[in-house]
Amino acid sequence: MSDAAPTIRSVLATDCGSTTTKAILIEHGPEGWRLVTRGEAPTTVEAPFDDVTVGVINAVTEVQELRGRRLVGEDNTILMPQKGEEGVDLYLSTSSAGGGLQMLVAGVVRTMTAESAERAALGAGAIVMDVLCSNDQRKPHEQIARIRHLRPDMILLSGGVDGGTTSHVAELAELIGAADPRPRLGAGFRLPVVYAGNKDAAQAVRDTLSAKTELSVVDNLRPTLDQENLGPARDQIHDLFMEHVMQQAPGYDVLRSWTSAPVMPTPGAVGLIIETIARERGLSVMGVDIGGATTDVFSVFGGVFNRTVSANLGMSYSISNVMASAGFENVLRWVPFAIDESELRNRIKNKMVRPTTIPSLLRDLQVEQALAREALRLSLVQHKDFATELKGRQQQRDISQAFAQTASGQSRVDLMALDLLVGSGGVLSHAPRRVQAALMLIDSFEPCGVTRLAVDSIFMMPQLGVLATVHKEAAMAVFDRDCLVPLGTCVAPVGTTRGGAPLCTIHLELPGGSRGISLERGALVLIPLPTGAQAKARLEPARGVDVGAGPGTSRTVELEGGEVGLIFDGRGRPIELPADAAARVAALEAWNAALGLYPREGG
Amino acid sequence: MGHAYTPGLKVSAAAEMRRPRMLPIAGEVLVQPGQRVQPDTVVARALLPGNVVTLHLSRQLGVAPADLHELLLVKEGGAVIKGQPVARSKGLFGLMKQTVESPTTGVLESVSKVSGQALFREAPLPVEVKAYLAGTVSAVNPPFGCEIAARGTLVQGIFGIGPETSGPIVVLSEDAARPLTPADIKPEHAGAVLVGGSLASLAVLHRAIEVKAAALVTGGLDAADLKQLLGYDLGVAITGNEAIGLTLVVTEGFGELALSARTLRLLAAAAGRTASVSGATQIRAGVLRPEVLVPGDVAEVEKTAVDSGLLAAGSTVRIIRDPHFGALGRVVELPPEPRLLDTEAKVRILTVALAGGQRVTLPRANVELVDERA
Repeated sequence: MSDAAPTIRSVLATDCGSTTTKAILIEHGPEGWRLVTRGEAPTTVEAPFDDVTVGVINAVTEVQELRGRRLVGEDNTILMPQKGEEGVDLYLSTSSAGGGLQMLVAGVVRTMTAESAERAALGAGAIVMDVLCSNDQRKPHEQIARIRHLRPDMILLSGGVDGGTTSHVAELAELIGAADPRPRLGAGFRLPVVYAGNKDAAQAVRDTLSAKTELSVVDNLRPTLDQENLGPARDQIHDLFMEHVMQQAPGYDVLRSWTSAPVMPTPGAVGLIIETIARERGLSVMGVDIGGATTDVFSVFGGVFNRTVSANLGMSYSISNVMASAGFENVLRWVPFAIDESELRNRIKNKMVRPTTIPSLLRDLQVEQALAREALRLSLVQHKDFATELKGRQQQRDISQAFAQTASGQSRVDLMALDLLVGSGGVLSHAPRRVQAALMLIDSFEPCGVTRLAVDSIFMMPQLGVLATVHKEAAMAVFDRDCLVPLGTCVAPVGTTRGGAPLCTIHLELPGGSRGISLERGALVLIPLPTGAQAKARLEPARGVDVGAGPGTSRTVELEGGEVGLIFDGRGRPIELPADAAARVAALEAWNAALGLYPREGG
Repeated sequence: MGHAYTPGLKVSAAAEMRRPRMLPIAGEVLVQPGQRVQPDTVVARALLPGNVVTLHLSRQLGVAPADLHELLLVKEGGAVIKGQPVARSKGLFGLMKQTVESPTTGVLESVSKVSGQALFREAPLPVEVKAYLAGTVSAVNPPFGCEIAARGTLVQGIFGIGPETSGPIVVLSEDAARPLTPADIKPEHAGAVLVGGSLASLAVLHRAIEVKAAALVTGGLDAADLKQLLGYDLGVAITGNEAIGLTLVVTEGFGELALSARTLRLLAAAAGRTASVSGATQIRAGVLRPEVLVPGDVAEVEKTAVDSGLLAAGSTVRIIRDPHFGALGRVVELPPEPRLLDTEAKVRILTVALAGGQRVTLPRANVELVDERA
């Protein structure tokens, strides 16, 4: 969609989350586009309200009161367009209420068409409930039972390259037809199924499914083994999300009539703004949103966007699963004091059953931040495994690649190439000290070389994502000025030295003068540099150590400041923690002291 | 004076209880409005479509999928029994014919001309919904189910496992602060809803399963014991389908925590009466807590502090996170402005006077309302 006309002066955008509806008001003033105020109210999709627009109007009413100008009309609708000081020119919304968009994905081969289909569904903002494929080891009757049991909002069926064999994808369609799946919402309405597979099998799929489901056929998402074409499937999922799925949720038919652009699934909109920023700025970007139940990871490397959802890694509802997945030892390694295993397990289970409680003791906070590191680390592992080059394609290799034995399907995630890492979610955005958020991101993602760090303090990326579809300029301006809180820059040399030789020598030109740093192995050094300030740095790594220009190669870079400043991380990649418990606690205490991570206990 | 909305677990001697009893698909409702039902009364019934068994006919017969239909011995939609020939190849010059038999009893639903796959549908599977609660049918919603209503004692737990069950209440220990021992549970407790104690160890849980008790309601549970009992580490609190031979309701939390005095008092007063118990827990949107329901004669439904959800000076609360986890107290003050905690987080707080007179300040998020005097 093209940019809106310049006469647009104000934009109101809401994100209807599962518990809270958040509204932001953006206006064009003397400084250009800025966020002017925000409001929130409980989401009202469930009983006793059963109408999402009640929560929307409540959140917008708060914005109206804070801004001191009228946005809601007598008839409880949003006033549009802006007339004088009343109303807004655009109203947009995203939604993840009612469990978001829950999809079942099917493809012929797990690592090829099924994986491409999963990428398309995740990219559209869906929660992928299961991936069915011809080679997933389940017997057909088990697959049918699974389809029937899941009750998804939508199914994406793919399989086969164009012109290839049709029988496997036809078999999958028959299994779906035999299951006669019922949608999660809306009794009596037919389940939307998107077919994006071998075009030669489209008629067979129509014959099998068009009488039982709301079938739509789009271009093959894997027309050849070497090519992935996710756009048409993703767009169709977005259209069906609003037309069919959310139409069944209470109040959405009205909400849809209010908005200036289609309502998008929240994670799809977040992906869109990250993709837009990466493309417009020419950056490699990663974003991570750690919530109570799930953790989403977004990345753009080499212009390719990927999203994963770690469905049961989160800081409240899923906190016990973080412990179960990471293991006690992995959580314990980040806890800067000795703790009994049984006590830690009970403490975590108590948070699981009372998820809204917050740590009031410093040690409780430190345990939660240890768990956050592991949730973030595990979600990155899942993302790296998924965000790969296409598997199954033929590669032309030169002799050096043949010797390196690189297979197809290498991860696109290159932490040395990462320019910007953005964190969001309560444990990062609301950490009492910003440096805690910075170190959680560094410890879990282990960025290499030079990486800027930021947090999205009020989580307005969803609203900016949907805004980017109609007014990119406004979305990007607000993203830069009001959305992100810059934390600073992390410089992490990769490689090691012998004896006591420093990893890297750094010559810094700071606004107040020059400074030299000799970064020792195992050390963390913090140099404060405020938001907006830059420092020119000459990085001279030791032989065999890489800071982004290749082993032993020096480079000169501009380092961006932030609320934390510049963090020079000499702890190695992967970060080396002492195996001995006492030595580990001592190392954590030293690092924490170097960064001023926590207040001193008892004082 | 400020106030805030805070959830809590309901514990009431005179509660209104309404439980929808719905089929997963359309079926038949077997009860009438106003009808009296017992926990085991079947109130609705449906037939789920039968399981599907697939057979790759074209591969088995070595023919192209498009040629299959002329080889079928049973028409699509026709009934079959297991072992019955359903297709036969033409063979070579009429010899060496291959026959494929039905893998199951049911109906030959379809044979695909594209994939060569045959789908056999087995007999429909009956599914029944029971009343769960002794009470009256308050509404019917054909063809999906009904609602059962009753009045009586209601105790919500914080966490549970296991399906719906029912049985007579037996109090194992009058001392709410004492951990249960296997010796507390006797063979005569088969089918009973056992109540008491501050902790049910793995040995106690195994003993309850061994004597075939219907349910166990206790104060605390050790997380490590739960892992042992289930055979896996429960990651997300969505439960109710565990088939461990016992329904468990934990009222306070993980660790050794005394069963609340009011819960013990109410359930002891109902000893011998039939309780309906569910371990189903879902701590996400649409929160579901485990429960113990004891229908009885209640003239007037009690309005409790938990019903209002309103936290104000004078409210009785339980502290639900360290420090003072489990302690009861009375709210003294709810300052409107956020304050700094030891962690340096700035949050809305409240001051609580504990039972011993000590005053503590803590985040509002770390208390829950209780219907009990401190």
